[in-house]
This record gives sequence, C-alpha cells and structure tokens, in this order.
Amino acid sequence: MGAELITKRRLEAHKARRWREGGVKGILFLCALLSIVTTFSVIYILARESYTFFERVPVFDFLFGTRWTPLLEPRSFGVLPLFCGTLLIVVGSALIAVPIGLASAIYLSEYASERVRSVLKPILEVLAGIPTVVYGYFALTSITPLLRQVFEDTQVFNAASGAIVVAIMVLPMVASLCDDAIRAVPTSTRMAAYSMGATKYEVVAQVVVPGALSGIIASFVLAISRAFGETMAVTLAAGATPRITLNPLESIQTMTAYIVQVSLGDTPAGGIEYQTIFAVGALLFIVTFGMNIIAHKVLRRFREVYE
Amino acid sequence: MKSGLRMIGGNIRQRRTFSRIFRYVCGAFTWLAVVLLAVLLIQITRQGLGWVDWQFLTSYPSRFVEQAGIKAALFGSLWLITLTAFFSIPIGVATAIYLEEYAPKNRLSSFIEINIANLAGVPSIVYGILGLTLFVRWLAFDRSLLSGSLTMTLLILPIIIIASREAIRAVPDSIRQAAFALGATRWQTVRHHVLPAALPGILTGVILAMSRAIGETAPLVMIGALTYVAFVPESLMDPFTALPIQIFNWAARPQKGFHSIAAAGIIVLLAVLLLMNALAVYIRYRSQRKRQW
Repeated sequence: MGAELITKRRLEAHKARRWREGGVKGILFLCALLSIVTTFSVIYILARESYTFFERVPVFDFLFGTRWTPLLEPRSFGVLPLFCGTLLIVVGSALIAVPIGLASAIYLSEYASERVRSVLKPILEVLAGIPTVVYGYFALTSITPLLRQVFEDTQVFNAASGAIVVAIMVLPMVASLCDDAIRAVPTSTRMAAYSMGATKYEVVAQVVVPGALSGIIASFVLAISRAFGETMAVTLAAGATPRITLNPLESIQTMTAYIVQVSLGDTPAGGIEYQTIFAVGALLFIVTFGMNIIAHKVLRRFREVYE
Repeated sequence: MKSGLRMIGGNIRQRRTFSRIFRYVCGAFTWLAVVLLAVLLIQITRQGLGWVDWQFLTSYPSRFVEQAGIKAALFGSLWLITLTAFFSIPIGVATAIYLEEYAPKNRLSSFIEINIANLAGVPSIVYGILGLTLFVRWLAFDRSLLSGSLTMTLLILPIIIIASREAIRAVPDSIRQAAFALGATRWQTVRHHVLPAALPGILTGVILAMSRAIGETAPLVMIGALTYVAFVPESLMDPFTALPIQIFNWAARPQKGFHSIAAAGIIVLLAVLLLMNALAVYIRYRSQRKRQW
C-alpha cells in the first residue's frame, strides 16, 4: 500500500514536470516567433501604407520620375533624386571603405603581430560603437570645413562629407568581416604557395584573397546595405535638397534623410505627404533586405566550404 | 580555387620590394583608423569640454546657449535604456535558449535563424516606421517612453539573440551531458548549468546591445521623441527626449554656439557609453579568470 502510494506520487511529480517542461518550451518558442512577427509586421505596414500611396501616385511615376517635391506645389513624386542622392553616398563611401577595409583586414590577419592586433581590434570596435549622430556632428563641424578649404565651391551641406563619415562608420564592419573570411583560409594553402617560392604579397593577392573572396564580397554587400540605410550622419551632413547630380560637393538628400525630414515636421497623418515616407521606406527596406539576404547566403555557403 | 600561382617574371629583388611596399600600405591604412578615432575625439573634446559643467548637466534645454542643459535628455535616455533592457533581455535570451537548446532541426528553425540575421541588418529608420505605425498609432501608446522603448527593443533584439547564442554555444556539451546523466530535465539543465555558465558572455552582448540602443537616433526621431522637453519623465506614458535627439537638435542649428553644446552633449553620451563598455570588459575579464574549462 505504502509503496503503491509512493509510486503514484512519483508518477504525479513526473507528470507535473513534463507539463512544466512543455510549458517552458512553449514560452521559449513564442519568444523565438517574435522575430518572425516583427519581419511580417514591417512588411505588412510598409505594403499597406504604400498601397494607399500608389493608389494616388502610379508606381511608374514614383520609380522613374525625376522631380521630388512632395511638400510643395506643384507636387511631384519621382523618387529618383532621393535614390541618386543615396547612391552618391553609397558609392562614395564604398570607394573609400572597401579598399581601406580590405587592406586593414589583410594587415590584421597576415602581418600584424598578436600584440598589434590586440590593440587595433578594440580600436576598430570603438569606431563601430560610436553613435551615428556623433559622426554626423563630426562631418558637419570638421570634415566639411576641411573640404571647403580644399575645394572652394563646396556647399555647407554636401554629399562628399556625408560619404566620408559613412565610410568611417562601415570601415570597422568591412575590416572585421574580411578578417574573419581571411582567417578561415587554411594555413596549408598559404604554406603550399610559399613552398613554390611566392613572396608574401603574391601569397596574399593570389592565394589568400581569392580563397576568401566570397566572404570578402559578402562583407562589401553588407557594408553597402548599411550605407544605404544610414540616417543621422547623412541627414546632418548631406543636406535636404533632392537633386540628381554626380557632383559630391553639392547638397543632396538621401531617402533616409527625407523620412527624417517629414517626421520632424508637423505633417498630418493620413495625408499624401505622410504616406510618402512609407513608399520611400518600402523601397529602402526592399533594397537593404535584398542585399542582406544575398550576403548571408554567400556567407553561409562559404562557411560550409572550410568547416 | 581554380587558378594556381601565376608564374611571375622579373627578379626576386623587385618582387620582394613590392611585397614590402604592400605591407606598409596595408599597415598605413589600418593605422588610419586609429588616427581618425584620435582626430574625432580631440575635435569633440576641444569644442565641447569647456561646456560640460554641473549647470549643463542639471538644466533643461533653452533658447540661450549659456542656460541650455541636458538634464531632460539624460533622464530620458536612462529611462529608455532601463525599459528597453527590461523588455529585450528576457525575450532575447529566451529566443537564444530556444534556438540553441530546444529547436528541432527543421525548416521553421532555420527560417527563424535566417530571419534574425536579416533583421540585424534592417536600417534603424525602418524600425522607426514600424514603431510609429504599430506603437504610436495602432496601439495608441502615443509619443511616449513606452513606444520608444518597445521600438528600441525590436531594434536590438537581433543583437542580443546573436550574442547570447554564441555564449550558450560556447558552453561545453559535457556539462549538459553530466546534468542529463543525473536525471535533470532539459529546462533544469539549462537553468542551473548552461545559463550560469553562459551568463558572462550573455551580459557582454547585452551591454553592447544597450550601448547601441543608447546611441540610436533615427527610430526615436521617427516615433516623435520631442526635441524640447523641460521636465523629467515620470511614467511610461510620458513624452520624452533622449541624449542623441538633443545632440541632433543642437547640431542641426545654424548657430555656432549650439554646436559647442552639441559637442558637450556628445561628451556626456560618450562618457555613458564608455562606462557601459568598461563594465562589459570587466565582466569578460572576471569570467575568464574564473572559467574552469
């Protein structure tokens, strides 16, 4: 009798524990699902609000129109000036950040001693951790005056100074991702090249970098996507003049800076001016999300090759 | 690799010289980052340090440069960071535990994983649009601290999850197996053995995520954090301002005087960040000393 009771109690305790285990697992799963909910809410909100926008403005006019004056009469909703402004920043910053970032990664992984590395890595991390508004301030008060000394016709707000700070911001990311990719190249391939009589430069340029190429390219794509979505620095430094231009010394406006401009003003919710931020936001989201997906695919494939 | 070494003509001395030059170029580019950081810090200190005083820390914003201060922004940021930590840490760590310890290897799990990696790359301003629509308008939390911190939570969740997963993965399997062998359930194993062992790594990641949140500006601008706030928020539903917003506001003004106090604001912000990072370094250092595997 007593033994039976104990067995019964044990069974109950066991059952309770099973329930608790299941409950815990369920809660954890719900938390994990939140990330998917987030993605879908972003997509839903952007799609829904852009849809009402595109009911009033044809998609074609939005994507290929060359005048962006949504806040002034006569209104025009061609996003190309904003897109070109963004591209100017993206291309400019990539031209600076990509070679410097790759060179830094090569130096860190192939040349620097362990001690130098342990100094440089944290410094790059600090650069990556500085808030973007600080970079915006730096661009406005330090880089622009410098540019104006060199090129006299530089405007107070200009794309060049925005591109330079965005380059500084994405540089640590390029350097650290390239560094990871380069370090994943097995030492044996390097040794093989040395044994064939190659110099260090030849090993780096013909063996290490080609071996790490997919990871390096993925890091470039991630950096470009980051530059696309960069907001505060370009809002402060690059100006608020939507314009199609190739001259980096002129004031421009990026897509992100436009969104900030609208939300700072007192545009009433529901009006077409207000809906423009969703259309521009959707475009921004599609471009960056697409690039991120590609980059992560490349990164995953490349991890499989060596691990 | 498809191609092997290209045979290189020319004498070995030239090739060696070229190789050495390449090394110096790479080195110079790398040290450029150090120079940039130094220039940035020196410039900001030069422009702003003279303005950081007790009056600056304890005054509300003002039209007059001499009377303007950062009290409302400082308190707003502290509120924001506390609330964001309160929401994001449990959810982030729970997600990491699920993905590392529970998730079956199936399509859904890998979809969640890929999705988190992609979310980490979504521009912060898009989170601002999400927060504006979802929290400010649909849920009618208005332009309050609650809206701000929930938006920040969504923004930094991917960072917390990725860092926590790495910390959990670094816990050796032998610890789990030992617990299972003694009859512990999975949750008991996680709670009593895996989590304590992964805690320093998780904390480091959490602090880094928090420093990201404290410096983020764009989403707060989107959800309409105010730029002129002459009070300290007292509840979840109060409107607020934050350090980066205040800095942005001052930096965007044409008058040079406001640029100086923007620099002073930046010094305060960087000091807060420095404190948080020092804490992270300290935790990492202590855990490495105590670690036994």
